[in-house]
Amino acid sequence: MNNPRQHQSLILRVTGYFLLPLLILFSLFMLLRGHNEPGGGFIGGLVAAAAIVLYMIFSDVKAARRLVAVDPRDLLGWGLAIAILSGLPGLFLGQPFMTSQWMELDVPMFGMLKVGTPLLFDIGVYLVVIGTVLTILLTLAEAED
Amino acid sequence: MNHGMALDILLPILIPLAAAALSLICWRSRALQRGISVMATTGLMVAAVVLLVRVYDNGIQVMYTGNWPAPFGIVLVADLLGAIMVVLTGITGLATAIYSLATISKAHEHYGYYPLMHLLLAGVNGAFLTGDIFNLYVWFEVMLVASFALLILGGERAQMEGAIKYVTLNLVSSAMFLSAVGLLYGLAGTLNMADLAEKLAPHQDNPMVQIVAMLFLVAFGIKAGAFPLFFWLPASYHTPRVAVSSLFAGLLTKVGVYALFRVFTLIFPLGDSLIRDLLLGMAGATMLVGVLGAAAQFEFRRILSFHIISQIGYMLMGLALFTPLAIIGGVFYIMHHIIVKSNLFLISGLVYRLQGSYDLKQLGGVYRQHPWVGILFLIPALSLAGLPPLSGFFGKFIVIKAGVEAEFWWLVAVALVVGLLTLYSMIKIWAEVFWKEMPEGSTASVQQRGGTGLMVGTVVALASLTVLIGVAAEPVYQLASATASQLLDPPGYINAVLGDRS
Repeated sequence: MNNPRQHQSLILRVTGYFLLPLLILFSLFMLLRGHNEPGGGFIGGLVAAAAIVLYMIFSDVKAARRLVAVDPRDLLGWGLAIAILSGLPGLFLGQPFMTSQWMELDVPMFGMLKVGTPLLFDIGVYLVVIGTVLTILLTLAEAED
Repeated sequence: MNHGMALDILLPILIPLAAAALSLICWRSRALQRGISVMATTGLMVAAVVLLVRVYDNGIQVMYTGNWPAPFGIVLVADLLGAIMVVLTGITGLATAIYSLATISKAHEHYGYYPLMHLLLAGVNGAFLTGDIFNLYVWFEVMLVASFALLILGGERAQMEGAIKYVTLNLVSSAMFLSAVGLLYGLAGTLNMADLAEKLAPHQDNPMVQIVAMLFLVAFGIKAGAFPLFFWLPASYHTPRVAVSSLFAGLLTKVGVYALFRVFTLIFPLGDSLIRDLLLGMAGATMLVGVLGAAAQFEFRRILSFHIISQIGYMLMGLALFTPLAIIGGVFYIMHHIIVKSNLFLISGLVYRLQGSYDLKQLGGVYRQHPWVGILFLIPALSLAGLPPLSGFFGKFIVIKAGVEAEFWWLVAVALVVGLLTLYSMIKIWAEVFWKEMPEGSTASVQQRGGTGLMVGTVVALASLTVLIGVAAEPVYQLASATASQLLDPPGYINAVLGDRS
């Protein structure tokens, strides 16, 4: 494949540009929906990574790297760090590791919002999953070129 | 519950995990990664020793992750066996980290050597400290994923060949392990090991329970490198960097052995069952096949790999005989073996640094050129073969004495013969590598790179530990004895985790 763009379908490219933001939004929705309902950081991260991989297929690897802006390996490290940090607050309150800490926020228009350390953990997982999948797939795609 | 104690159990898992995250964040800087690696493994070793002292003084320590009460949440449990294993992980981890400074190339470091190493240590420690059978599976996977990547780091042809066998057999084993956990959950409705032990105690004769126990035996048997499904080990362990080989040789199979000790003392205590007979047979065959395999090899690290297998046989023999003395022997053997085996691999790397080959036929005259390397090799080698007063003698002595007391004469005979053959194998390495003249037309050459001092330092430290375990065998025996009595007292474990309900 000297010029991958020749083999591309126009349909894929057009729908791809629409799908990319939708999928990213959907992945955030999955991330926030998690904990009590089906969803969470893992599945959300997979959806987000799939969105970026889709983008990679209808443009190219370099464009996909530009889209992510940071190196996937950084996402991996920071995600893991955030996930570990989310377990620590309980320790300072004399509770075991990973004990959930909750607080209620009064958000205008939404009403009461309950946020806590499990969300932080999920965000960490979200980043780790995106980082892992993209590290693997982008490396493979580059090796193919 | 006491907050400080909970942290003691957590740190051996949290430190390597945090180190993995940090070194991933700093992946652009070699210097930072190296610094983090040495500091984290040092911290890990200190934390592990603190935990062991705490468990020795105050009994089994338990932490309820996320403050969920047992048996509903995941518990971390540190009993003496777990704590000893964590200390050994700390020692091996620190030795590997320091040795890596001198031996791991820039390219390997660039592809994430240090984060993977920390992840491996986190997985190993997690497996030693968890009190939940499904969580054990998860830690096994963390460890395996990291080990897959470490094994092929560098991407040489031999590494890929070895990795295919390694990955395939370990995935088969994982699948069996997972099926067994699923069936167990279907039978008992719980995953907490203490709760399982209590619920299954009256139903040990139930055929379904025995089938599940058999699945665990096969799954952990593969991971431990026991006969008959051991061939992934000699196919792969000689292919990665020496520091990686050493870490694998010291720790990975021992996680399988640990899991066997845990499951077959706590959840399915070995009585006069079929499984015990099988395990006895496996122990004998593992010893014999491993040592015979080694006799046919002429590659330094392959010989050592086959000896890992044969040594696993002694540990299994300790478990399978299932008398208090035998368990003491098994635990003692694990302590001795991890240090000796890691060290022998590190020495093979040192010889490679000096002469540029692992092939016994290409090597020679190391003793004439560097007598001190010869001495350093002899300490762990003779210990492995079981010569007094080194640590291996006491390990073998206790296990064999237990065999004599239990009147398993054939197993005792096998163990003695295998000891002799191990000595033969070590003498072969000595004669070929250290004693004979450098062969004419040898392609071997000196590998000029800095840091040989660090390598020698690591080897000396581990060799001194081997001597120390031999000289101070009595306190180590006491520790192993306390461990064995904990292992043979499931109610003690159950009460520690679930609270006293008698």
